[in-house]
Amino acid sequence: MVTHTMPQSDPILGASPLRKEGRAKVLGAAQYIDDLSLPGMWHGATVRSSIARGSIRSITFSAEIDWSQFCIVRASDIPGENTIVHLTKDHPCLADGVVNHPEEPILLLAHPEKSALLAAVAAVHIDYEELPGVFTIEESETAVENNDAARIIWPGSEFGGTANCFKTYLMYSGEKDETEAGIAAAFEAADFIVEGEYHTGAQEQLYIENNGIIAECFRNASGAVESVCVRGCMQCPYYVVHALTLVFNLPEDKCRVIQVETGGAFGGKEDFPSVIGSHAALLAMKCGHPVKIIYDRAEDMAATTKRHPSRTRHRTAVSKDGKLLAGTIDVAIDGGAYSTLSPVVLSRATIHAPGPYKWPHIRVKAKAMATNIPPHGAFRGFGAPQSLFGLERHMDKIAKTIGLTPEELRRRNFLATGDTTATGQPLIEKVDMQHLLTRALEEAGYHEKLARFAEENKHSSIKRGVGFAAFMHGTGFTGSGERRLNSLVYVDVLEDGRPQILVSSTEFGQGTNTILSQVAAQTLQLPYDDILVAQPDTSVVPNSGPTVASRTAMIVGKLVERASLQLLDNLREHEHLPADHTREEFIAAAKSFRAKHGELRASVRYEPPAKIYWDDELYRGDAYPGYAWAVYVAEVAVDLNTYMTTVTRFDALQEVGKVMHPVLAKGQIEGGVAQGIGYALYEKCVWKNGRMMNNQMTNYIMPTSADLPPIHVHFEETPSIHGPGGAKGIGELPMDGPAPAILNAIENATGIAFNTIPLLPEDMYERMSSFTDPPLGGTEDLDPSTDQDTRTEVTA
Amino acid sequence: MSLVQLTVNGKPQRLDIPPMKRLLDMLRHDLGLTGTKEGCGEGECGACAVLLDGELVNSCLVPALQVNGSSVCTIEGVSTEGQLHPIQQCFLERGGAQCGICTPGMILATHHLLDKHPNPTLEQIQEGLAGNLCRCTGYMRIFESVQEAAKLGAI
Repeated sequence: MVTHTMPQSDPILGASPLRKEGRAKVLGAAQYIDDLSLPGMWHGATVRSSIARGSIRSITFSAEIDWSQFCIVRASDIPGENTIVHLTKDHPCLADGVVNHPEEPILLLAHPEKSALLAAVAAVHIDYEELPGVFTIEESETAVENNDAARIIWPGSEFGGTANCFKTYLMYSGEKDETEAGIAAAFEAADFIVEGEYHTGAQEQLYIENNGIIAECFRNASGAVESVCVRGCMQCPYYVVHALTLVFNLPEDKCRVIQVETGGAFGGKEDFPSVIGSHAALLAMKCGHPVKIIYDRAEDMAATTKRHPSRTRHRTAVSKDGKLLAGTIDVAIDGGAYSTLSPVVLSRATIHAPGPYKWPHIRVKAKAMATNIPPHGAFRGFGAPQSLFGLERHMDKIAKTIGLTPEELRRRNFLATGDTTATGQPLIEKVDMQHLLTRALEEAGYHEKLARFAEENKHSSIKRGVGFAAFMHGTGFTGSGERRLNSLVYVDVLEDGRPQILVSSTEFGQGTNTILSQVAAQTLQLPYDDILVAQPDTSVVPNSGPTVASRTAMIVGKLVERASLQLLDNLREHEHLPADHTREEFIAAAKSFRAKHGELRASVRYEPPAKIYWDDELYRGDAYPGYAWAVYVAEVAVDLNTYMTTVTRFDALQEVGKVMHPVLAKGQIEGGVAQGIGYALYEKCVWKNGRMMNNQMTNYIMPTSADLPPIHVHFEETPSIHGPGGAKGIGELPMDGPAPAILNAIENATGIAFNTIPLLPEDMYERMSSFTDPPLGGTEDLDPSTDQDTRTEVTA
Repeated sequence: MSLVQLTVNGKPQRLDIPPMKRLLDMLRHDLGLTGTKEGCGEGECGACAVLLDGELVNSCLVPALQVNGSSVCTIEGVSTEGQLHPIQQCFLERGGAQCGICTPGMILATHHLLDKHPNPTLEQIQEGLAGNLCRCTGYMRIFESVQEAAKLGAI
């Protein structure tokens, strides 16, 4: 292959061209799934379980409804397998005889008029024989420990895993026996042993556009189902294809999936579209019309996935000079009723649990437990926010215990270039956490505020504080994941000479269309406006993998760069396109090539970097091709009259490789920080018997424009060899840092260690009012058992 | 059914519709103006915000009968002949729109805000947009878009 250097004049990569689909969005002309309609289209709705666990005795249809006007789909109508496949097949498409969580879909209804559906859903009466459910990690564990067969709610072996446990990982920083011996010796010799337990709650993605699908089903002359077509908001069209092939027993090329403009996703449209997509397609099959299902907000919040609640336990051996000698970390996440993506979420939680630190000996044990709650799923950060919350709270606890500042403790243990991570990955590319910490604290005015607030707090019932978190986030699929995905990308040149990118990577606000166009424009030496992006339609675009895991910029971007180079090579070789070509020369060469060959397409497949190695058995090796590194600083004010915590300033510094589009990148970070602030202080899912009780925007509170502080975003750029122009992934990173930084700041402000999020005023009140003497004492003065797990059930 | 007469984006409309139909549905289904979005259906998110006789309202909470004789402006009425309004231009350039689903409501809220406060302070912007939820941006790019629009004297 001919090698090329990037043109130096006016690089488009690193500039901020207008968002590709931005004009349609500001005009209100962009068409989302609920804006679309097909001729003869019916509307669909879902009849759901009203209990958490049990068997279905009978289903009756009230006589006041004329059921002949409705199409009714039940599990027995499914032509293929009754499963929504992710990693295993435990998750039914429609409940068949038993239900395992509230809101589990049992029947599907369709009618020409949407307005007829509400009453019809209410007129289906389901009689259950209820079984006991488990609703927390601890209840699920207890059932296993007690061998309580009545509360073993997930069978295990048939689907991988064990009873009530979807997946476990055991990760060592070295060979197992050696590491265990090293841990034992370190705990023996340690000056301090610090233990801590940290909890995080469920979080709703709360995209402003609810889940929605329009499906069609086509039959051949003999009436057999020949193909299905599903359109909707989604992140991963090929995931939906995979699900449909099983539900309909059709080959891949007969299951067409089209992503339309998508109004936010954040992981919430990674796995769930396979469910609603299959449902709409089943109704379309049975009623013979296109069928649209659009959830309303209450249904979307109650029935679709959320971030996994978690519990992380740390036990750390530390020397008196502040060196981490050894650690054990136990991570448990609540997966809900079916396995779905929990094993993968758990994997990211496991690998990120040791954070950006050197651990001479570490063991991470992790497990995903089953509960009778709607399955938890993907949400930006994907396990990392949970385990990093525990770690970064724990680091502050260690610092306090041994008498170092949080800053100094971290400085004595940061990973640096040439070090080896806890999975045994050598850090070949430059890592400078020391500098990141120095700069982040400077930008935030940390030291000055630390001193000033300590003084001011003496005379005020509003306690102010500063805190920070240091962390990293891996880019792309874990370990051998990218090898398995084997992503494929095309770049075509159309009749008019304009290049078109064909990928299954989707745009849902984060800027996929724009950054991939920048990569192509830069590489092809063409104006940005010339580059087109094909709508993700699986009958047209190849499988470039799912749009998840902060992988689009680095992995797919690199493939677009390579495809663009291949295109140029081709034109230089066959059409004598000169090295420093003009736009006109490119178009002429492309048209000439097309005239001779009919089409002009570059096709590029993922090639794993030569030195990337991962062992799935031992859970060791190069976990990710690259990491983004960050230090986030939060400044808070805690009002001891109202127990309200306000974040008053936020500084987010990250090293993300090349910043491809400064405006979009800032927007990504700010949006992630806002979600992180919500995760820490506002957003609480209230559960009762496995059902979300506050499934409305009225009482599930996300930050509004009036709630957020100024968010200052700072970038450091250390180009990575793995991404286009040196870029790394940034999508999930900003979700990881805010919650621990904020709770560290609250401890700085109040002297009290809160180790559970979300931390709402009522949670703070309960904790603080449970303690009287002396008020607002040091961390260990407060009984940690009163740091209540906010995921616990409300009492009726 | 009730006869409802009103002006939408400057055009007179006569509709024979159920009196309690939501203005949101009337705009989207009867008039085909799908730029107005539904996010929550309970007046919390502001995705369905429109200007009703110059006031910012959530169209999911307004019954059709109530708009009889009124003038409604939706996102489709903000631009003129495909020319972006300066507010729209600023949202486009400054990263005020990410996924775009809150954008129509946010732009109408901005329009309303700048009508009342042509040079708003940051606090006035935060307050003025507090009824419009955005999950993507963290609002910072939106504030910048509004400040830039104010600087241009958009209204």
